[in-house]
Amino acid sequence: MNKQVILKVEDISKQYRLGLISSKTLSDDLKLLWYNIRGKENPFLKVGEKNERDKLGDSNFVWALKNINFDVYEGEVLGIIGKNGAGKSTLLKLLSRVTSPTTGEIKTKGRIASLLEVGTGFHPELTGLENVFLNGAILGMTKKEISSKLDEIVAFSGCERYIDTPVKRYSSGMRVRLAFAVAAFLEPDILVIDEVLAVGDAEFQKKAIGKMQDISKGQGRTVLFVSHNMAAVKSLCTRAIVLENGQIAFSGATDESVSFYLKGGSQLQNSKVFDDSLFNNEVSNLNEISVKNSNKTISEAIVGDQVIELITVIDIKSSTPDRYHITYHLNNELGDPMFSFSSFKGGVKLKQGRNQLNCKFPKEFFQSGEFYLSFFLIEDKRKAVLHEKDILSFTVVEGQRDIGSYMGREPGYITPTFVWNHDN
Amino acid sequence: MSALKDDSWLYVISSKKKLIDFNFKEIWQYRDLLFLFVKRNVITVYKQTILGPLWYLIQPLFTSVIFTVIFNDLAEIPTGVAPAFLFNLAGITSWNYFKECFVGTSNTFVSNQAIFGKVYFPRVIVPMSTVVSNLIKYGIQILVFIGFYLYYVFIKGKAIQPDSALLLFPVLVIVMGLLGLGFGMIISSMTTKYRDMTFLVNFGVQLLMYASAVMYPVSFFKKKLPSLAWLVEYNPMTTVIEAFRFMAFGVGDYSVEKLFYAVVFSVIIFLIGLVVFNKTEKSFIDTI
Repeated sequence: MNKQVILKVEDISKQYRLGLISSKTLSDDLKLLWYNIRGKENPFLKVGEKNERDKLGDSNFVWALKNINFDVYEGEVLGIIGKNGAGKSTLLKLLSRVTSPTTGEIKTKGRIASLLEVGTGFHPELTGLENVFLNGAILGMTKKEISSKLDEIVAFSGCERYIDTPVKRYSSGMRVRLAFAVAAFLEPDILVIDEVLAVGDAEFQKKAIGKMQDISKGQGRTVLFVSHNMAAVKSLCTRAIVLENGQIAFSGATDESVSFYLKGGSQLQNSKVFDDSLFNNEVSNLNEISVKNSNKTISEAIVGDQVIELITVIDIKSSTPDRYHITYHLNNELGDPMFSFSSFKGGVKLKQGRNQLNCKFPKEFFQSGEFYLSFFLIEDKRKAVLHEKDILSFTVVEGQRDIGSYMGREPGYITPTFVWNHDN
Repeated sequence: MSALKDDSWLYVISSKKKLIDFNFKEIWQYRDLLFLFVKRNVITVYKQTILGPLWYLIQPLFTSVIFTVIFNDLAEIPTGVAPAFLFNLAGITSWNYFKECFVGTSNTFVSNQAIFGKVYFPRVIVPMSTVVSNLIKYGIQILVFIGFYLYYVFIKGKAIQPDSALLLFPVLVIVMGLLGLGFGMIISSMTTKYRDMTFLVNFGVQLLMYASAVMYPVSFFKKKLPSLAWLVEYNPMTTVIEAFRFMAFGVGDYSVEKLFYAVVFSVIIFLIGLVVFNKTEKSFIDTI
């Protein structure tokens, strides 16, 4: 397929200043003016730090985005994911021309319309119908376009009955429905969507995702989609980029990007290869521990609704390997012990030389959350010859759920499946 | 990809600022938005009020009555051939149009930051819509003025008659609109950084009214306070108001040169406003 680049983001950076803006602007403004007069570069662009919210920096200026580059192809649905403060909204603001970049350029071949927190521009005193026209016009539609689609918009919103009532009497859900309906019938070349699915009930969420699939797949529109709802990102996007501290941390196929994001970014936690100097004694040498889904690689996110396996690679040097076995303690994120399990109970005997042991947890056993493993090598079922607390941690994320089902978290840490039967 | 030429892009978003970036084509595309904003401004102001649009009339009429009592009956400022009430009404309606355009546009950025922060459309649509909706209001008030004018001519038998210069009345309307819009855009841009402007506008406009020949004829001011007369004379709003009275009553401080001065003045202010506004709209959302 030879698709055309419709949007090109070149080296975009955006700088913000922290603290109270008004406290020093006049003096900074004069300084800036003085630099401009002498034809020098803006002195404030030289300072600035990576946008790490939880770390204290020296500078008052911060780069919300730094050197962002990517291309968007025609008809593509590009997901943009990242933690709070990663720069997603700033990027969308730049794309939708709400504010301008500090450096760099965005080139586009199509008209961009944005759907940032729908319902902006709704006037509470105007009726639903009047607001449909006003909102449509704000988003760049002409009156004629809106009139021709009016029936569809109203039907899609499901607010027929209230359409002549001022919007201030609407429930928040109705407002979002109406606003989304207007935007959904917009026909820009590139549609920018931010967190629309945060509100609205299950039925409407389903409808909205369906509509967006329609827009992107059916009509071949290009969509940029920002959301924290990974299920939505997975089901809509063809490609995704992960932002981390204002920079692109990962870019690739949706599944890979989502896994990258869910794993918590660039650092790997769920797999460790140990140096020979680390856990090496006269009895054994522990080489590697990793946790992953059975059918996936270690770099992918661990999902709770599939089989999870724990792999231990250990060299037994002792000539009497039968005397030893491995025990793990599993702790939750608070450090509370949950349970222990061992190779002995699992019916596996260690042998001399290299052992690669595989321990499988059934699917739908772990709840989502972070877990810590402590390692023990036990001699004669009573004495630990090797012992390391919290040797490995891993994060289990929720599997994909049907849109419309309960999205919250069940209580507890594990959800074992028991045997259920009718007794009669 | 490399085959793509730069000029094939529809538009480019960058940090570079052109001095005047007035995209008429784009504004034309958004004309429906302008119309809907005007409609919104007109409809929503008096929603849930009993008197509704009557408020458009009550305010200038009552002010005229008060002015007549204070300035003409009490302070005995002469109004020439024109009845004092009509004289004041002429001044107040015109002054109001300028004032509402000015005050209305001067908080464009602050009061629309929620919507400006989400969606792009040519920002200049908002101040333009303020001027147009005030024009409608002004039109209604002018009709009332004509009503009273006819009442004084036919019922009261006053010997007043309009001057042929009345044909230039549309020029006055444009001058007032451009002045209000221009000053408003300048102030609104400054308000994004320095909120002090809001306070300045609120009482500055009131003070400015006293220097704009609203409740006195310029000739009277010149006679009583010749040392300060320049302040009033070079004020373009004085020119507009005096010209309007000249058109309506045939007396007043009016000449084509003065009108020309007001036109040039307003166009310059408007252009400055446009430049400042353009410079601000690109990234004001970061500093507001």
